[in-house]
Amino acid sequence: MAVTEAANAANAARPERAARPARPARRSRGAWNPNRRRKSPALTLVMTLGLIYSLLPLFWLLVNASKSESNLFSTNGLWFGGHFSLFENVKQTLTYDNDEFLHWFGNTLIYVAAGAGGATVLATLGGYGLAKFDFPGKRGVLAVVLGAVAIPGTVLVVPTFLMFSKLGLVNTYWSIIIPSLINPFGLYLMWIFSRDAIPAELLEAARVDGAREWRIFGSISLRLLRPGMITVLLFAVVQTWNNYFLPLVMLNKPNLYPLTVGLDQWNAQSQTAGGIPIFNLVLTGSLLMILPIMVVFLVMQRYWQSGLTAGSVKQ
Amino acid sequence: MTVLSPGTGLEAGSAGPRRERRRGRVRTRWTGWGFLAPFLLVFLFALVAPIVYAVYLSLFQDKLIGGNRFAGLANYTEAFKDPQFWSGFERMALFLVVQVPVMLVLALGVAFAIDSARLHWAPLYRLSIFLPYAVPSVVGALMWGFLYGTQFGLLGQLDRWFHTTLPDPLGNTLILPAIGNIVTWEYVGYNMLIFYSALRVIPNEIYEAAELDNAGAWRIIWHIKLPSLRPAMLVATVFSVIGSFQLFTEPAVIFPIAKDQIGSAYTPNWYAYNLSFNGQEYNYSATIAIVMGVLTVIVAYLVQRIGRRGQEA
Repeated sequence: MAVTEAANAANAARPERAARPARPARRSRGAWNPNRRRKSPALTLVMTLGLIYSLLPLFWLLVNASKSESNLFSTNGLWFGGHFSLFENVKQTLTYDNDEFLHWFGNTLIYVAAGAGGATVLATLGGYGLAKFDFPGKRGVLAVVLGAVAIPGTVLVVPTFLMFSKLGLVNTYWSIIIPSLINPFGLYLMWIFSRDAIPAELLEAARVDGAREWRIFGSISLRLLRPGMITVLLFAVVQTWNNYFLPLVMLNKPNLYPLTVGLDQWNAQSQTAGGIPIFNLVLTGSLLMILPIMVVFLVMQRYWQSGLTAGSVKQ
Repeated sequence: MTVLSPGTGLEAGSAGPRRERRRGRVRTRWTGWGFLAPFLLVFLFALVAPIVYAVYLSLFQDKLIGGNRFAGLANYTEAFKDPQFWSGFERMALFLVVQVPVMLVLALGVAFAIDSARLHWAPLYRLSIFLPYAVPSVVGALMWGFLYGTQFGLLGQLDRWFHTTLPDPLGNTLILPAIGNIVTWEYVGYNMLIFYSALRVIPNEIYEAAELDNAGAWRIIWHIKLPSLRPAMLVATVFSVIGSFQLFTEPAVIFPIAKDQIGSAYTPNWYAYNLSFNGQEYNYSATIAIVMGVLTVIVAYLVQRIGRRGQEA
């Protein structure tokens, strides 16, 4: 990636000073090159156990999503067996009960786009405002918002439900979207990010030129903030995509469910005595649900690390 | 990444954003509020208002005779005497004291291994171990629920291969560790990446100096890596503690296959949920949520205090 190369180049070019403060840039692989160190088979072996632990459930899911309902119970659970029914399962999953799954998928997309997208916009504006302006009451706002990071989201779910049901907001798209818009951690990240990514001199120069603050934000700052926004968006997308407690509480109309609650209902139905067992659909649905997020996840992996660096190194 | 590259005036640990010059400050006095307003409005509506409303609800009781009445702190005294609430709370505390350290130590070990440069194909391990974090906890709990099962899961398969009967992970004694395993599986990679990211920013010069001193791998870990991981460890611990207090999804998803073991008050969150949705005891449910919120903030604050003191010492 161009940015990383630029950072590396800047690293290589910087003067050799021993007492430079730690900086969250990629370590340049200079004279002391750790890649040349001897590899340890023992360490690799131990870590392979960790790798198997992490991937085994996913492998198991793939294997079992390729079995028909009856083969699930009659064949070896850890290997492919019987007829390879993945495609039949996918088709059945997508069409079961009047395309319920596709409907849930569409709902999830709405919640993610509006919730995570909105959260990113609010966090970016707010973080920028905190970092680049002095205004009365700023310290108080910072204390309250950063204090809110410590309030577990799930603790808020029941109170929010109680208030929303009073306001008639339950069983609407808004009941999921509005609470998803608040992301104190995202605001914190954007605050740090704005502080570091936008030189004060640049803003000062634009102001001297007579540009208005919102114009400066739109034409200069926004571009510099883009990597930070992508990081916040990424965290928010995963959070809303995976959200379960909030929709479980807020919604009881299946046509509003996101995938998480829908799949859970299929599972509960299958486990109930007398319910129609559709384990193959639960498994295939789970597989279909995690595929998109994994793609996003792998494509965007750089941004995870930069977000976690900003969140944990600087305080 | 742009923000991480040098020359942007980044000062780790600086108290706040650079002060605007006097001239700019007067002009932009209220502009900052303008940028913050959208966030704050939603913040007030979706976070502050529900808390206030829950506090209000918690002061009332709905009785068959007399209807909805102001009850003062009666709900709170009930909560403090409620054995169901406290058994859930104790279970959660036990979970926290065991699961969080196990997970963080594992994450730390993996981060050291990946950062050590002695591992073959290190990026493969980093990615694979982080991958479960992308799996929704509902799907994670579903998968592990099946794996624990004797029908087409891992356990049943092991039983058939070795002609044994392994203890049921969803039985009374093992269900808490079984849930701990699910949570560890989901979050060990996330914490690993926090540690790994912090390790990556240790300047190369320090390692070069250590190399000159002939410091071995363990001494480097002990004297260089661990001390510089302190802030990251604090963050990871606080997040993990808060995460344990939130424990809900895993017991909720496991519930259909372990109804008796989980019951209705397995964790405080699960209890608050059941009070609202199966008992319609909204006032008491709000009380439990408030008590839990206050306890979480206190514990998170204490962890942070202890961590910071350790850092200063």
